[in-house]
Amino acid sequence: MTRLQNKANIPDSDSFYEEFLDLHQGCSRDESDALNVSLILLLANHIGDHEVLREAMQVAAQVVLGSKPEP
Amino acid sequence: MRTFETPLYPYERSPDQDASMPARHPVVVVGAGPAGLAAAIDLARRDIPVVLLDENDRVSYGSRAICFAKRTLEILDRLGCGDEIVDHGVTWSRGKVFFRDRCIYEFDLLAEEGHRRPAFINLQQYRLEELLVGRLRDLQSEGRPVELRGGSRVTKVEPAAASVLLTVETPEGPYRLEAEWVVACDGAGSTVRRELGLEFAGRVFEDNFLIADVTMKADFPTERWFWFDPPFNRGQSALLHKQPEGLWRIDLQLGRGVDREEEQRPENVVPRLRQMLGDDVEFELEWISVYTFQCARIDRFRHGRVLFAGDAAHQVSPFGARGANSGIQDVDNLVWKLERVLRGRSPDSLLDSYDAERVPAADENILNSTRSTDFISPKSETSRLFRDAVLNLAETQPMARPLVNSGRLSLPHVYLDSPLQSPDTDGLPARTRPGSPAVDAPVGDGWLLARLGDRFQLLALGNCAAETGCAGVPAGIRREAPASGSSAALGIDVPDDEPGLEVVSQPAGRHPLLNERYLGDAPGALYLLRPDQHVAARFTDYDPERIADAFRRARARETDDP
Ligand SMILES: Cc1cc2nc3c(=O)[nH]c(=O)nc-3n(C[C@H](O)[C@H](O)[C@H](O)COP(=O)(O)OP(=O)(O)OC[C@H]3O[C@@H](n4cnc5c(N)ncnc54)[C@H](O)[C@@H]3O)c2cc1C
Repeated sequence: MTRLQNKANIPDSDSFYEEFLDLHQGCSRDESDALNVSLILLLANHIGDHEVLREAMQVAAQVVLGSKPEP
Repeated sequence: MRTFETPLYPYERSPDQDASMPARHPVVVVGAGPAGLAAAIDLARRDIPVVLLDENDRVSYGSRAICFAKRTLEILDRLGCGDEIVDHGVTWSRGKVFFRDRCIYEFDLLAEEGHRRPAFINLQQYRLEELLVGRLRDLQSEGRPVELRGGSRVTKVEPAAASVLLTVETPEGPYRLEAEWVVACDGAGSTVRRELGLEFAGRVFEDNFLIADVTMKADFPTERWFWFDPPFNRGQSALLHKQPEGLWRIDLQLGRGVDREEEQRPENVVPRLRQMLGDDVEFELEWISVYTFQCARIDRFRHGRVLFAGDAAHQVSPFGARGANSGIQDVDNLVWKLERVLRGRSPDSLLDSYDAERVPAADENILNSTRSTDFISPKSETSRLFRDAVLNLAETQPMARPLVNSGRLSLPHVYLDSPLQSPDTDGLPARTRPGSPAVDAPVGDGWLLARLGDRFQLLALGNCAAETGCAGVPAGIRREAPASGSSAALGIDVPDDEPGLEVVSQPAGRHPLLNERYLGDAPGALYLLRPDQHVAARFTDYDPERIADAFRRARARETDDP
């Protein structure tokens, strides 16, 4: 069974985080939203595993909304 | 006069109107749209007397369906009018997708080889109906028992113990008919449904869409063009699609709360079309109308002796071309069952399988067309954000293109959970698993599907084929539907009232595509096929008991006491 990686998995995570924020430098709210959504789509396609993606959605919903979405 | 304005089956007085008691008919079909016409044709071909009633006397008014999918064309082949219909249609495979002011990508839907029929054709619905009426007339002149009564509106439906009473309104006043079975194909606003007090539950979409049919003076490429948020229709969508006879279909999303009358005025439509087609393209408007839609269905398609099919049973959004296609597929599923029940060959519980098989098919269509609708007209800020990101990415990133949803091709439903089907046998290709419609393939100088349908058949392939005689099926089994009981040649007991199983055999080696689609790596297989060409069971060896068992199940028979 594939599982969502919830242990730290990005070497040099500080620099990744910085790059991520830099990407949004000088962007309007709309541009930032569009960037984020495009990133989600690209990364989701790269992962490709529907199970893993579903688990990520559930974890995000749990953290943000305090609940799991209906499957 | 345009085709859809010409009376095709004017009202004529029927002797039933002068009968002292309501005349009794085995089957009355209400509504002569695509579903009702197909039902009447299929019943007549089986020599089941059928009366088809329509409140009108001509084909569907104006421009509606244009896209007919492969499975529908295969059913029309079985009904004996596939060639005429396909010859009138146009096929296309290339298209362009536009976002705002630019073309983001082009595509070519390369069809899989080895099928008699293309993935779909474009043809005006009124032309399809006209050709179906022609087929019905041919059957009449062959002496088949079918009547088409125009100007006959069903106003009242009263279910009784062993029949249904119908009141029919005509220009000369009302009369009553008694039907053993009613097939209700009277469209989205079904009177029969209302008369039975059935709820049509679902989701109403508030967007208005304008359809315009235009003829172009000059050549224009035979391609499907779809625009998201174009400059000439800001915040909405647009579609340009080819029809036969130099006609083009234009579909403009108008949004909510618009003035429908105002939008349909040529002086408002023409400038938009100019922007869409370019200033140098000369065109003439043939038809303009505005429509809205809902995605809904009734809870069950069988209500006693009344069977619902087509839009009367379910309605979907036009995206993905599923309405008329699924109506014809409903009828394909229903008519052979009705014949068996009428002839006393199966219990009437066989008709419950119509419900069990076609309700999930309707749900699949509703799901697909709702997804397309949600992509085309996003209902929230976030869904628009995702939609626009998909479109922007699609220009350079092929990964995003499968997410672009401007309507998915209508594919036939696989009856996976059907009570008629037997457990699958391992090791055979997934696409022909039980529940699937038989997949076409070239055989000899013809096509597999041309040899299948209308009765139960055993397709013997590879080393199970009769000619080789090896894995069990005796050589030299008849190819024609046998006289009653003669399935004995197969060692399968069949009751006297049963026409039995016809064997269609194809030895190994000769037809690579057939083998790929039905055998995979197996050396041979036996497929039990239903009269609607769907697979009921399949085996890799010859076991008369298992075959007889699957055959029994597929006919909803508990036992076959001869
Ligand atoms: C713009 C548009 C585009 C579409 N595109 C497609 C497409 O590309 N592909 C596709 O498959 N589908 C498409 N559809 C859907 C398609 O038109 C319908 O799903 C199809 O017509 C349904 O066929 P039907 O036979 O069930 O009902 P209908 O075609 O609605 O026929 C019902 C018939 O019943 C008759 N009737 C009604 N009430 C009574 C009564 N009380 N007594 C007697 N007769 C009665 C009517 O006169 C009519 O002839 C489209 C629809 C629209 C609006």
